[in-house]
Amino acid sequence: MSGFRDVCSSSGSVNVMIGVSPAEEGDGNAAAAISSEDSSSPDETVAGTELDLALGLSVGRNHSKVRSFSSSLASSSSSSSLTRESGTKRSADSSAAASKGNVAVGWPPLRTYRINSLVNQSKSSPAEDDIQKDTTKNGVKNNDASFVKSPMLVKVTMDGVIIGRKIDLNALDSYEALAKTLEQMFFHTPVTARCKETRRGSELLDGSSEYIITYQDKDGDWMLVGDVPWLMFLGSVKRLRIMRRSGETGVGK
Amino acid sequence: MNRATKLRPSTSEMNYFPDEVIEHIFDFVASHRDRNSISLVNKSWHKIERYSRRQVFIGNCYAISPERLIRRFPCLRSLTLKGKPHFADFNLVPHEWGGFLHPWIDALAKGGVKLEELRLKRMVVSDESLELLSRSFVGFKSLVLVSCDGFTTDGLASIAANCRNLRELDLQENEIDDHRGQWLNCFPDTCTTLVSLNFACLKGEINLSALERLVARSPNLKSLKVNRAVPLDALTRLMSCCASQLVDLGVGCYENNEPEPESFAKLLFAIAKCTSLRSLSGFSEVGPLCLTAFIPISANLTSLNLSYAAEIQGNHLIKFVHFCKRLQRLWILDSIGDKGLEVVASSCKELQELRVFPSDLHDEEDNNNTAVTEVGLVAISAGCPKLHSILYFCKQMTNAALITVAKNCPNFIRFRLCILEPNKPDHITSQSLDEGFGAIVQACKGLRRLSVSGLLTDKVFLYIGMYAEQLEMLSIAFAGDTDKGMLDVLNGCKKLRKLEIRDSPFGNAALLADVGKYETMRSLWMSSCEVTLGGCKRLARNAPWLNVEIINENESGRMERNEEDEREKVDRLYLYRTVVGTRKDAPPCVTIL
Repeated sequence: MSGFRDVCSSSGSVNVMIGVSPAEEGDGNAAAAISSEDSSSPDETVAGTELDLALGLSVGRNHSKVRSFSSSLASSSSSSSLTRESGTKRSADSSAAASKGNVAVGWPPLRTYRINSLVNQSKSSPAEDDIQKDTTKNGVKNNDASFVKSPMLVKVTMDGVIIGRKIDLNALDSYEALAKTLEQMFFHTPVTARCKETRRGSELLDGSSEYIITYQDKDGDWMLVGDVPWLMFLGSVKRLRIMRRSGETGVGK
Repeated sequence: MNRATKLRPSTSEMNYFPDEVIEHIFDFVASHRDRNSISLVNKSWHKIERYSRRQVFIGNCYAISPERLIRRFPCLRSLTLKGKPHFADFNLVPHEWGGFLHPWIDALAKGGVKLEELRLKRMVVSDESLELLSRSFVGFKSLVLVSCDGFTTDGLASIAANCRNLRELDLQENEIDDHRGQWLNCFPDTCTTLVSLNFACLKGEINLSALERLVARSPNLKSLKVNRAVPLDALTRLMSCCASQLVDLGVGCYENNEPEPESFAKLLFAIAKCTSLRSLSGFSEVGPLCLTAFIPISANLTSLNLSYAAEIQGNHLIKFVHFCKRLQRLWILDSIGDKGLEVVASSCKELQELRVFPSDLHDEEDNNNTAVTEVGLVAISAGCPKLHSILYFCKQMTNAALITVAKNCPNFIRFRLCILEPNKPDHITSQSLDEGFGAIVQACKGLRRLSVSGLLTDKVFLYIGMYAEQLEMLSIAFAGDTDKGMLDVLNGCKKLRKLEIRDSPFGNAALLADVGKYETMRSLWMSSCEVTLGGCKRLARNAPWLNVEIINENESGRMERNEEDEREKVDRLYLYRTVVGTRKDAPPCVTIL
């Protein structure tokens, strides 16, 4: 327990790392990989479980039960910063160990509601090069096997639905994951999501659904999702749109 | 309390007045502290005060039981309840810790109290308790929920459907499970009494036509704060409906693209009619154009909350704020920058309260040069003579700046500074910030609330104990060196009511030095400090009128461990005075000693 406390309270720069209560409690406060406008009821979504595993691996060395923190909020420049924390003192003289990406539960002191509202905002009108810079940074992080990545938030709209959503593409690793996530967001009510039987395969990708997923790339063109390798897709996607199949004409390839 | 002191020498004469006259005199005494004082004068006054008390404020719902409350104040109309400790806002308290509303509603209903107003903060509210509330109190008028959770829009539907005289439904920053139902439809057509409706924190879609009909039949509606599901054209229609009486507006519309010129023109027209508008908020997921639209009435605004407007860049914020000459209260994001705060300082001479929140929590290498620093804080302190409350999140601070701020603004009542990086020193001198905060407490003789941050030694607490005579609430994080720090605060701050400490090296010696002190305080929170289980047990033994709660990480409770090692450090300690002993609703993760 003391080891974990040291993790929490080392000095050095902190970049938000808002702890959320243990995922098992899973109250809607947990800013999960999907930044969803749902005030989700205390269920574990698939993404939520994945989140726990990743977190458990990255920090759990000294403490089997991590008090957890959202990976989509925690950003770190080096994956090792988290493991270095054990043993560092709480006091000021550990500035030598001042590594970015330290984590402290509940710090900075902001209400969950407010943090979620920030997570839900994309960075305001990023310029073209900023997006590229972000994605290359993210690309490097993927290779680093860092478990903690900064979120890559893109807007997702669906035909016929007023409210758009935001999704963290960095929390996903494949088109399958993307399709599953979108299905959960837009097609499943909280009730059906709990029933494992109703969890379908990714129909959105295999063409059997009434809808298709499209994305707008950095040139402004709307493309069909799934054609290019995943990482390349991450490098060029700006926003997503779930379209009715009948509106398909005009989607470039 | 002038009346009491004047009358005291001749209370015998006063007793010749009929009770109704005395009661009428008491009506002029609103503050609950003064009312408490009145009730202590003599038995007769105690009795009169009891029956005439209409508003009761309970700062800690576990300090007293609902039954005892009702016995003492059977005629109460308005109740304010606070549940979870403050640090629950930052996920330091398990969700099921407590603060349940239901027993209160149950008791009030059974006790035949004619409840009209209920204000809750950090309580767990269930749909069942909302339904019971809606059915039990015929004259119920006003429900204000702040930072609560545990309920869904179904609970709101009950309130809408059953509270015939509802005037106020105000939901602030609650976690509400949104079933996207038709709760707005549940307001009956006969409901025309609404004065204030705030559902900005709801995340889902709402029935727009139900909302429009509701607003159309509410001629007294003064305050309307909608959520993000209300698009621009719907908002425009709503505003047009009640423009002339609207005092307080919360905007939140999801904009896919820029608004079309025609819609925008209609919005401008509606805004122009809002001549009574004084308070503006919302703007989450709203582009800058929508904010600009409000410039025509900006000079009338006294309160502006743009702290959720993350999509509006600094330059637009600055441009808008520049026009708000009468502003008294401003909540804003740090994207406004030091330059923006300088504009605020030169434009908003009436400013009393400022809150600057961080806009970007991911910024690793301070790429964001536009965030606020000590420069902005100094500018505000120099430019706004009426400033008395500040909450300021920033990345860096200096002693020199704090000393200047103290000189410029000796009138602070609330001073909360949060330097984002724990233990960060003065970024120019690399020293601790003891002197800076010391200057603040020394100059601001009326300071009631203080939050400190950055690199701090025991010295700052020496200063606080010495100078902060009016201090009621102190928040400490990652600060101090030894027990002496905490001791100086406990010994020095005579009016201290709430002390909350995290990640600081204070232990048993400080905790146990003066057990009687906790009787004068509402509560003490200590997490990730050096207090041990043994120390807490000793405290609990010596102070039976305290509830000493240990909150464990392990949900199944401490009993699972083989030996309870008294030397084991306690992760989270929360203690509070109470007249009703150990509470019965604590979950397994909480051990009450």
